[in-house]
Amino acid sequence: MLLIPCPWCGNRDEVEFRYGGQAQVPYPVDPTSLDDAAWADYLFVRDNHCGSYAERWVHADGCRRWFDVVRDTATNEFAP
Amino acid sequence: MTRLPSGGRIDRGRTVECEVDGVPLRGHPGDTLASALLAAGRLEVAPSVYLGRPRGVLTADPGEPNALVQVLDDPEPMVPATEVELRDGLAALSLSGVGRADPGGAARCEKRYRHADVVVIGAGPAGIAAALAAGRSGARVYLVERHRELGGALLDGDERIDGVPGAKWVARAACELAARPETRVLTRATVTGHYDHGYLLVAEHSAPEQRPPWQRLWHLRARRVVLATGARERPVAFPGNDRPGVLLAGAVRRYLRRFAVLPGERAVVGTTGDSAYATALDLVAAGASVPLLVDARPEPPAALLARARDAGVPVRTGAAVIGTSGERWVSAARVSALDDRGRPVGPVDVPECDLVAVGGGWNPAVELSRDPLVWDAEIAAFAPDGDAAVGAARGSFGLRDCLAQGFAAGAAAAAATGFPVVAPPIPPVDADPAPARVRPLWMIQGDEESSFVDLQRDVTVADVRRAVDAGLRSPEHVKRYTTLGTGSDQGATSNVLGLGVLATLLGIEPGDLGTTASRPPVRPMRFELLAGRDRGALHDPVRTTPMHDWHVRAGAVFEDVGQWKRARHYLRPGEDMAAAVLRECTAARTGVAMMDATTLGKIDVIGPDAGEFLNRVYTNGFAKLTVGKARYGMMCTADGMVFDDGVTMRLAPEHYLMSTTTGNAAAVLDRLEEWLQTEWPQLSVHCTSVTEQWATIAVAGPDSRTVLARVAPELDVSAAGFGFMEFRDAVLRNGIPARISRISFSGELAFEINVASWYGQAAWDAVFADGADLGITPYGTEAMHVLRAEKGFVIVGQDTDGTVTPLDLGMDWVVSKRKSFIGDRSFARPDTARSDRKQLVGLLPVDRDALLPEGAQLVEPDATRTPPVPMLGHVTSSYRSAALGRTFALALVRDGRRRVGEVLHAPIGGADLAAEVTDPVFYDPEGARRDGHQPR
Repeated sequence: MLLIPCPWCGNRDEVEFRYGGQAQVPYPVDPTSLDDAAWADYLFVRDNHCGSYAERWVHADGCRRWFDVVRDTATNEFAP
Repeated sequence: MTRLPSGGRIDRGRTVECEVDGVPLRGHPGDTLASALLAAGRLEVAPSVYLGRPRGVLTADPGEPNALVQVLDDPEPMVPATEVELRDGLAALSLSGVGRADPGGAARCEKRYRHADVVVIGAGPAGIAAALAAGRSGARVYLVERHRELGGALLDGDERIDGVPGAKWVARAACELAARPETRVLTRATVTGHYDHGYLLVAEHSAPEQRPPWQRLWHLRARRVVLATGARERPVAFPGNDRPGVLLAGAVRRYLRRFAVLPGERAVVGTTGDSAYATALDLVAAGASVPLLVDARPEPPAALLARARDAGVPVRTGAAVIGTSGERWVSAARVSALDDRGRPVGPVDVPECDLVAVGGGWNPAVELSRDPLVWDAEIAAFAPDGDAAVGAARGSFGLRDCLAQGFAAGAAAAAATGFPVVAPPIPPVDADPAPARVRPLWMIQGDEESSFVDLQRDVTVADVRRAVDAGLRSPEHVKRYTTLGTGSDQGATSNVLGLGVLATLLGIEPGDLGTTASRPPVRPMRFELLAGRDRGALHDPVRTTPMHDWHVRAGAVFEDVGQWKRARHYLRPGEDMAAAVLRECTAARTGVAMMDATTLGKIDVIGPDAGEFLNRVYTNGFAKLTVGKARYGMMCTADGMVFDDGVTMRLAPEHYLMSTTTGNAAAVLDRLEEWLQTEWPQLSVHCTSVTEQWATIAVAGPDSRTVLARVAPELDVSAAGFGFMEFRDAVLRNGIPARISRISFSGELAFEINVASWYGQAAWDAVFADGADLGITPYGTEAMHVLRAEKGFVIVGQDTDGTVTPLDLGMDWVVSKRKSFIGDRSFARPDTARSDRKQLVGLLPVDRDALLPEGAQLVEPDATRTPPVPMLGHVTSSYRSAALGRTFALALVRDGRRRVGEVLHAPIGGADLAAEVTDPVFYDPEGARRDGHQPR
């Protein structure tokens, strides 16, 4: 049960949140300009490394705010 | 009887009567089932799980691998007898390693959620010291102890602290802790898991006399955790080490001291370190004889040898117990010298005895540690590499060290949470010095098939050798290959021993192997405790509509849709479900029927950019929708798959009211928020859930216009005055303001009446009364499903599953080519653009009365029936149709649209059901019935 730092509410239990996957993967400005490989890359491919990982969460059962955090995937510690 | 005449922490003033395996057993309050059995001379417990070997009590703590019982009026399956506190009327059965699951009784389990600054796990000397130091700072402190009383090993010895006996020091500390308003002590409470960010689960249970018993699950969020979990003694793997009468040396001492029970009259003590000397001396003091103490170390500390000599205990050094003999129980030990590699050499002594007390060393109890574990050669065990663990849990066994570390860690933990405090001075301590280095001794050469490593799982040295011979090296692999450490005791007595045996067989040091990972829960937990009171009707919140009680009175049978209770159909006397659904469908197609549609998700979408936003979210256009009109819309995920659908109205230029499927309302709102916040923050739009603010009544059928004209007398409901997909604000005849729309999910003329939820029942009553002479029929979700399927309308989540595009459903008309929307790029992906994808089709069983099971696989008639069978698709919806007078179904079939006219088979239980592939619209394909007949 992670303790997740919501920028609006402060630390709250993980059960109040939904995971939003890797952060900083924007929806392409013009999807039609992408070839199939690049589009598939956006849809299906994300980083999956051990260590610091920028990811998104949404405080679904709280303020409903989406936000980014950096979490160490090995220790689950959040970067300040 | 081997109860000592005095001593122990039992209440001799009262006798407790219970029974084990039908045989009466007496004891005292304070006894455990194990101590009472030993006091009664009942050494033997149930035979071992796989090999059926006789077994006896081995330990005095929760890690007991042999003495497992089922308490008859307690649903907890298979508990160690060492953990069961005696009470009058207790009845238990011995178990051979397999418990009996019991569904449990009334909810006697509850949960508590607490935040704490400092949680100290374990209340031996180190834990008490930590709690005292932290508590004095004013921090909120929890001290969690699994036994009924505090003190740990201090209750088993003669140590003195601050000039008083250890037990008295403990009692004083308990008084101080109890008096601190921010400190809470939990006894009979086991920490079952130490999770991320200081999250602890604590299982607390009631005192034995509590009837009915209760259990409480604490969810503690700790800012700092101090581990004072102590250490566990380990056995040595020698032939016959599982014979009843072989006990761990520390357990023997605990039975003597805490329970005043003498487990044997004539004891051979075998040890690899200092601690078992105290056991030997206590045995002598209790009147037993100790014919031999065997120390594996060639040169034990001189002071210990002197004390043994003064007590008349012969000591043999550089030797070990290498076996036992006896009919069932121990009647003699086998003792021999060891060479420098730990192998027996020279002649074998066979001292007679009825008790073998073995100490193979002490393992810090590290299963709750989140720090890395490192091999400590001094104690021949793994210890946490960090400052969270104190005392024996860190591998420090001297009392003075335990107190010093506890005080320091408690003060540091409090300071770290904002409560600075100076660690208390260490009081004078009168105790044995910290023990000398142990000699690692894991296994004795001999019969490996009877040298047990894990007694609960019947795993022997021979089993570990077989794993090594099979090429396994990793402790994790050996664990799975042999099941070593997988019992309900979680390898309490066997994990480190297993590592030592494995290392010995591989010819390396245990420290080079690393350990197996301990995963919570570290003690078995019943789901009942995790659930607490959230079971039965309280398992999940139940959502009901304002008209729910009416449905109940009308004979509704409900189904769960998300958390909503929806009327599935209404049973009349003598009807079954099939008859009720046919009746309800007939009413909707030939007369008039009404349904409670309140549960559909409703989201207000408001703002200057609302139209643009919906244009991007829906596959079809909404920006140009006229105010006063409604439109069916479909949403896709970025990969182009159908996500949700529903009808959205434009109430005002900057205000839309979106409807979603019942089960998906929250997910849709989440998705809207995600795109608004993370991708398009420049759009000025706000979304608000208004599902529970509106009650919705669908009125369907050719006579629905007549009913609406009566219910809303001032409203022009003619076909010319009230077009399809339009809505009007109106006032019902009973004064209720309503928003009425003309939308249809059945293909019939139909209206939907939306009123504020608190008017829902009154509006329903008005409609029901005004349609009474027309035979208005309430219909449920099952009839709704049949009616929509006859029209080929899909239910998202039933006819779609996240791999289906709007084009697969034949709904090209809903996919705009003139604007971009989420997922549009995906329709050009090669896989999505394939022409032979699974597509929505209709199925008409060749036997008009045969009902295809939903989910049934579809194959070519001549396809092989030997796996792998080429699958073409599956049935998604299947019903009996009143309008068609036969059964029909919808299905997703590979290249389905090209297969119309073909016959496919659904293999069901050895037989085939044949069905013809058809267009998915079965009823009124021209849509002529949508406008109904003109008012009479």
